[in-house]
Amino acid sequence: MGISRYKREISAALAYVVLLVVVGIVAPSFFDGGNIRDLVINNAPALLVAVGMTLVILVGQIDISIGSQFAVASVAAGLLAKTGMPMPFVAIFVLLIGAAMGALNGLLIGLLRLPSIIVTLAMLVLWRDALRWATEGAWVQDLPADFQWFGFGQRTGEIAIVVITLVVFGCFAWSLRNLIAGRKIYAVGSDDEAARLAGIEPRNVVFWVFLIMGGLTGVAAVLNAVRFSSIPGNAGTGLELKTIAAVVVGGTAITGGRGTMVGTLIGLALLGTIATALTFVGINPFWEKAIQGLIILAALVSDVALGRLERDGKYLAAHAGGTA
Amino acid sequence: MSKGSLLSAIRLTKSFAGVHALRGASFDLRGGEVHALVGENGAGKSTLIKIVTGALRADDGEIFINGEAVRDNSPSHSRSLGVAAIYQQPALFPELTVAENIAMGRERSAAFARVDWKARRLMAKELLDRVGARILPDTLAGELSMPQQQLVEIARALGADAKILILDEPTASLSEEDTQNLFRVIRDLRDAGVGMIYISHRLEELQAIADRVTVLRDGQTIETREMSNTSREDLIRLMVGRELSAVFPKRKVEFGDVVFELRNFGSSSSGISSIDLAIRAGEIVGVAGLVGAGRTELAKTIFGLDPPDSGEILLRGKSIHVGHPCEAIEHGIAYLPEDRRRHGVVLDFPISSNITLASLGKLSGLFGLDLGKEKAIAIDYTRRLAVKTPAIYNAVSTLSGGNQQKVALSRWLMTKPSVLILDEPTQGIDVGAKAEIHELMTELAEQGVAILMISSELPEILGMSDRIAVMNDGTIVRIFDREQATQDKILAVALGHLSEPSASVDGGNSSALKN
Repeated sequence: MGISRYKREISAALAYVVLLVVVGIVAPSFFDGGNIRDLVINNAPALLVAVGMTLVILVGQIDISIGSQFAVASVAAGLLAKTGMPMPFVAIFVLLIGAAMGALNGLLIGLLRLPSIIVTLAMLVLWRDALRWATEGAWVQDLPADFQWFGFGQRTGEIAIVVITLVVFGCFAWSLRNLIAGRKIYAVGSDDEAARLAGIEPRNVVFWVFLIMGGLTGVAAVLNAVRFSSIPGNAGTGLELKTIAAVVVGGTAITGGRGTMVGTLIGLALLGTIATALTFVGINPFWEKAIQGLIILAALVSDVALGRLERDGKYLAAHAGGTA
Repeated sequence: MSKGSLLSAIRLTKSFAGVHALRGASFDLRGGEVHALVGENGAGKSTLIKIVTGALRADDGEIFINGEAVRDNSPSHSRSLGVAAIYQQPALFPELTVAENIAMGRERSAAFARVDWKARRLMAKELLDRVGARILPDTLAGELSMPQQQLVEIARALGADAKILILDEPTASLSEEDTQNLFRVIRDLRDAGVGMIYISHRLEELQAIADRVTVLRDGQTIETREMSNTSREDLIRLMVGRELSAVFPKRKVEFGDVVFELRNFGSSSSGISSIDLAIRAGEIVGVAGLVGAGRTELAKTIFGLDPPDSGEILLRGKSIHVGHPCEAIEHGIAYLPEDRRRHGVVLDFPISSNITLASLGKLSGLFGLDLGKEKAIAIDYTRRLAVKTPAIYNAVSTLSGGNQQKVALSRWLMTKPSVLILDEPTQGIDVGAKAEIHELMTELAEQGVAILMISSELPEILGMSDRIAVMNDGTIVRIFDREQATQDKILAVALGHLSEPSASVDGGNSSALKN
């Protein structure tokens, strides 16, 4: 027990520390207050999506449609605000729209037992192109005055975004460990038949996880949209890759059943920092995606290697007379 | 080893995790004979066959084929020596044609060699003719009926020049007519010099088809004899003929009222029907039967894993509906499943969360799960059931089989069940843990739990049960009282012989069988 259970999170954290040290030596200006602030604000919405993605992957599924859902939710937020709806209601409405899109995934994947990779691939294309058709590629502009930064001004708005993100993150991190629902997610992700035999209904768990994923995407879209004065129709492109990468780098098993929210936070911080640090270190930012890909591969390989080591360790211990 | 042996297996031993499946079993097959291999569940038939086909490797002992010792056996090696096996469930590729399926065992060419479709079709046709099957070579295998698929498999084996054919329960799902047709093919093959190992639970058909019979019991060869001077009763006697070796800690328990009752219970999707059974508080009812008799299906249907479509479940006289395991748990029904490693526990989960998984509601407090309480409960159960582990947060996968089973059992004890269904509770676990689980069952019975225990081990059934329900073909055909039951009687009924000699007693239930 204890530390060994979190070794994947710890190795991600160590990798992050190494990265920070390297960046600190090569380009100390990276740590300027303004840059760090930008880094945090830029990644706050992605963290909310990554929280949802952690649940989805823990339960043994995947959602690659969230980038498109994010775009739909962003545009919906702008259009609703333009009708004169007060911002708190806009936020709640968009959350519900996101949850509805997630529930649709959940119905198809959880209740009809369709493979999540195909269902969400279809949704990725469907939402993205439906949106393109509806907006004809136009941006949502001329937003009301209380839209940007919720009408608070940049400073307060930024603090609000960070606070909301951290509160939601904290709630989910706590719930995953301390609520029955969290335990069910781990059980279904580990072995859904064993979970079913223990009286858990895997189909319902999968449904709710996708619904939550959609709701969180809605909230993230609002928090992201209010940072700008107009909303592009292609918002959220590549968001699914970024969040899946963060979850995997943070030590969550892609096969489900193992992982933590803190791991995801570390994973996202690692990826976000690399993306920004590249320019500071003097590497062409076009390399960002390629480096993300490399990091995902490295995380998967080290995960498998760790698993092998554990097994071999056990084997050796067992054959050396049980002395570990 | 006798002269002219096609195949002889000599003193084979094989154990799995300390449990002996074979302990010095020998077997001898001549060319041009049908040699039956019989024994109870777990007598070692499958293990013996798997060693011959190279799917398993024996710990000790030797195999000779055509008088030559077989070394480093493997499925492809045994095939090249002319061994082919046909199982109860045909193993054809359903998306390929009959001709392609037959060619699969025969053509051995490089990946880029060109397929000679014409020759392939001709060969298939010729082989199908030999087994008397009127099937077009271009039919997809998946479109064929079960008996047709079986014939294709035999044709495939012949195509691969099989000299030794293993038939594992080939008639289990065949009609009378298809069976007769299969027998004709088997006789033709016998006349052509093929040696066949014939495994079947249908003892009466052995008289019609087998030349010799070998009886296995507890992993040992009991006897090989000519079929012509062997009766069904002789076989049953040879198959059981075992003393109650283990000591079972069964104590007399005062029964309470009927807790659990099934009335005309059935489920067409899982193949069980017209089941009537009542269990009183403190009573242990054993369920005996052969593999495929519907025992596990019965347990799963009661627990809500398969939907029942007839009859009802009564709990303390009230009809209840169970559509899902969580409803079963709410009603106080617990089910310890058969396949422990796959279903009984979540292997990656710590011991503690495995124990509490079915009763998380009991840990729920104002601020979420009470992890302190979980720890206390886990410590309590691991201590009471003597689970040998250094820490309750270790993953269950680190435990031995017996200890994993105790964790699985702890989970169900924590739900405080009034009905406990145990499916092969001691299968594959060591003797010490086995005795502890039996002791625990007796304690639970004393506390008034109604227990339904499925077991393939007759001594366990006889040793632990107050009454014994014997299943065959998806229903309970007979219920014996503890005093009246013997291994011979149970086995005879399980094999489908209702007219067993001393059929004087009846536990209140016997419904007609189809065959």
